[in-house]
Amino acid sequence: MEDHSKSHIVPYKTYLLILAGLIVLTLLSVAITHIEFGELSVFAAILLASVKSSLVLVYFMHLKFDNKVLQIFVTAIFILVALVIFITFLDYNYR
Amino acid sequence: MNTESAIQHIHRDDEASKLGMWLFIFTELLLFAGLFIVYSVYRYQNAVAFSLAAEQLSVTVGTINTVILLISSATIAMATSAIRLKNKKFTIILLGITLAMAVIFMVNKYFEWMGKFEHGLFPSSDILKSMGNGDTLFYGLYFFMTGLHALHILVGIVLITIVLVRVNNNSLNDDNPVLLDNSGLYWHLVDLIWIFLFPLFYLIT
Repeated sequence: MEDHSKSHIVPYKTYLLILAGLIVLTLLSVAITHIEFGELSVFAAILLASVKSSLVLVYFMHLKFDNKVLQIFVTAIFILVALVIFITFLDYNYR
Repeated sequence: MNTESAIQHIHRDDEASKLGMWLFIFTELLLFAGLFIVYSVYRYQNAVAFSLAAEQLSVTVGTINTVILLISSATIAMATSAIRLKNKKFTIILLGITLAMAVIFMVNKYFEWMGKFEHGLFPSSDILKSMGNGDTLFYGLYFFMTGLHALHILVGIVLITIVLVRVNNNSLNDDNPVLLDNSGLYWHLVDLIWIFLFPLFYLIT
């Protein structure tokens, strides 16, 4: 039987470091969007949000230490979401 | 001997519990992804109105709420380590901080929404109707998406309170932490959604 006691205990320090990184990225995205880049600042904001969400998924949500099946599932669902968004926009643009 | 082992064997599958939680998270992601698509298409159609309306939202309040949620996510993640290290007291402190952060988030949200209401900005208000389609769509989506997110925060507050009570009376401990783990996963999802809501509504103008 799979035993949870075998699962990896993440040290507090790791979480605090990730938290610090997330806060820095948040402030960075605020600073970047204050400068007017037009389309580019939209792209930058989304890109930074994606980096932040990856940090949350991999460390806070423990994916780095979870089994392979879960990692594949989560990756697949994000590819699915990306595809749905992409196809919707194709449909919208060439309608 | 057979009866003895039958009594001692309590069926529990933590991996399956976790997988079930993740499946629920997937449905939530798809729900919000749908809303993000609606937002993107309407923004594309009403670029100017969305841009002007977004400038009405306070970046400061949005940033503070983002940092609050990030801290609460980190503390509940630390709680999943603390319970495994058999540190009950620290687990309770960490969960308490998470709860406090969630409540502060809701208080900020309350004042933010009240400010908008006072300016006559709420779904189907007369002022909004006079402002045209773009603003109506922006504020409609703003209230719906941040409202749905706030509803998730309220559910999270209930969930974390249950975990806190169970840690306190020892029915949730290092031997059986899966409810804490799953509540943590749920809370990180709430954080994850906010990470995208924040730039879309507050930052991109």
